[in-house]
Amino acid sequence: MLLNSLLMTGNEAAAYAVKQSDVDLITAYPITPQTTIVEKLAEYVGRGDVKAAMVLIESEHSALSACIGASAAGARVFTATSSQGLAYMHEVMYVASGLRLPIVMAVANRALSAPINIHCDHSDIMGSRDSGWVQVFCEDPQDVYDNVVKAFRLAEDPRVLLPVAVNFNGFTTSHSCEPVAVLPDEEVRRFLPRRERHRLSYDEPMTIGGFALPDAYFESKVEQEKALRAAGRVFTEVEELYPNSESKRGAIHAEWTGGRVKLICMGDVAGSLRHFVKTQRLQDIFDVLSVRLFRPFPRRRLIELLNDAELVVVMDRSLSPGAVSPPLVSEVKSALYDAGFRVPVWSVVYGLGGKPVTLRKIGRLLGEAERGVREREARSRRILLR
Amino acid sequence: MVSRLDELVGFEPLSPGHSACAGCGAMIAVRQVLLAVPQPYIVVNATGCVEVVTTQYPNTAWRVPYVHVAFENAAAVASGIEAALRVLKEKGLARDHRVVVIAGDGGTADIGLQALSGALERRHSFLYVCYDNEAYMNTGIQRSSLTPHGAWTSTTPFGKAGPKKDLIAFAVSHGVPYAATASPYFWKDLANKVRKALTFDGPTFLHVLAPCNRGWRFDPSLTMRIAKLAVETRYFPLYEVEEGKYRINYFVSRPRPLEEFLRLQERFSYLLRPENAHLLEELKREVEARWEGLVRLAGS
Repeated sequence: MLLNSLLMTGNEAAAYAVKQSDVDLITAYPITPQTTIVEKLAEYVGRGDVKAAMVLIESEHSALSACIGASAAGARVFTATSSQGLAYMHEVMYVASGLRLPIVMAVANRALSAPINIHCDHSDIMGSRDSGWVQVFCEDPQDVYDNVVKAFRLAEDPRVLLPVAVNFNGFTTSHSCEPVAVLPDEEVRRFLPRRERHRLSYDEPMTIGGFALPDAYFESKVEQEKALRAAGRVFTEVEELYPNSESKRGAIHAEWTGGRVKLICMGDVAGSLRHFVKTQRLQDIFDVLSVRLFRPFPRRRLIELLNDAELVVVMDRSLSPGAVSPPLVSEVKSALYDAGFRVPVWSVVYGLGGKPVTLRKIGRLLGEAERGVREREARSRRILLR
Repeated sequence: MVSRLDELVGFEPLSPGHSACAGCGAMIAVRQVLLAVPQPYIVVNATGCVEVVTTQYPNTAWRVPYVHVAFENAAAVASGIEAALRVLKEKGLARDHRVVVIAGDGGTADIGLQALSGALERRHSFLYVCYDNEAYMNTGIQRSSLTPHGAWTSTTPFGKAGPKKDLIAFAVSHGVPYAATASPYFWKDLANKVRKALTFDGPTFLHVLAPCNRGWRFDPSLTMRIAKLAVETRYFPLYEVEEGKYRINYFVSRPRPLEEFLRLQERFSYLLRPENAHLLEELKREVEARWEGLVRLAGS
């Protein structure tokens, strides 16, 4: 298939994907760095390129609430947010997943206050990592475009019926221009057929959002988790079915394998790491494993990829204050422990509040890791990449 | 105009067997409101007594489509439904439904006020019904901003200080085409207001007084009497505001003494103690000022 390539920022790529996805309702509240997604969509809706209701709402809490109402009425819905806005939505995120409603939300990741800071880290989404949403991370604008389109299909799959958060780094992805291969409109339409699902309708009256006593509550949460786990399989299927086969990167994106040191990360830092490793020709030492599906966490795939690891270096872009490890390291260590692996794991916290990750810093880190594995240093370490 | 019971819609939206208290004013009000709404419609409910007594899984008392999301966002949920249905209808993916929001005083005047303000300003087409039982009854009778001056609640053991918010003024300040008060005792007035509200394109607002025997501390058999006395003492005047024009629907030229309304309710026993006569005076002054203000606005 001959694909059109457009120069777009991550935010523009998200908006373009929404434009092609035949959404019925878009709602959002302004917050940096997400805002230009909604500005672009307002332009598309205003020009008649998208036949959707544009609800310019008074808060993020209401934005997600309106998505819940609209999705319950059978609509395909989209919203976008960042940071404080996501934190403000936190309460209703659990309702969206608990009611099993497909909703797609773009999250241009940004640090949480205080101190107030508009730049990227992952503390916003990590605060909601147990909200029952499918959580996808993107490496670049192309990934944003592909993942937003795929997210609608994934969310609406009858085995899933869950909201999906498509995460990408604020500014470094949301505001950086790159060529994006876009599908023709009709391909996206074909990829996203309308599916019957439960909804509010006079013809079949249904009570959505009733209250449950302990027994029913417990069971409903167990069923909900099954659906989230099923989303892992469906994610792979959706990637297979996606018309642009070049964009298939997997739940964990590994461009190459075989290195003794595994660098695990999420978001656009994967690009910087790969660039460094490739230009320094260090592929036989370092693999870069970019976790694109954070919830459900692809632990089997991870263990496959860590099979030959001598050292695992996990890069977290948020803290989990007072915890044993930051979020991504915790996942990796749990998976390793369950698989019976004893391998040293280094926990690296980087980029808080947008602190740049320079090639020099990467060089220093990889140098230490290379020395660590050469000298068979078996202990785990905590590193703050300041 | 509805003037006889059989002129109301014959379809009961709520099945019997829900778990509301005997004599629950809120459930009577909700039933009356919905009997007057032509089908098809969708009910959006804020967290509160009505939600809890009607939706205990695996049962539901609702025979119409119903959604409950959370406490503070019923107006936002309704915004999403209303806006989505317009588009889905255009695309041939859904039929038209009216949207009726049901929320208590806390879910409307306190925690839900922002979402309500936003929805009214954006002019979504729905009927918003606040059933006002003047406190957080579902959590155990804590004061809300619609609790009256001097009333006992579990968080105001010595009486709440200050008057209740003016919800109708709040709605009117957003330029809604129609806002009105209603009492379940005056069911024809209530039903006709619902019918009238639904003739407007845009948000309409109904503030219904819903006596609560648990929270107001009265015998369950007295709900209707108290709903009646609230109006006849001028405590809760029945009026409507249509395109900015005020009209008093039940002109109380010779009000009954306020004490007749207060004495039936244990929640006012503190207020009615001789040593608290000043509180009673303050409440009376507030009730009179409200009425006089209304008479001025209605130009009658």
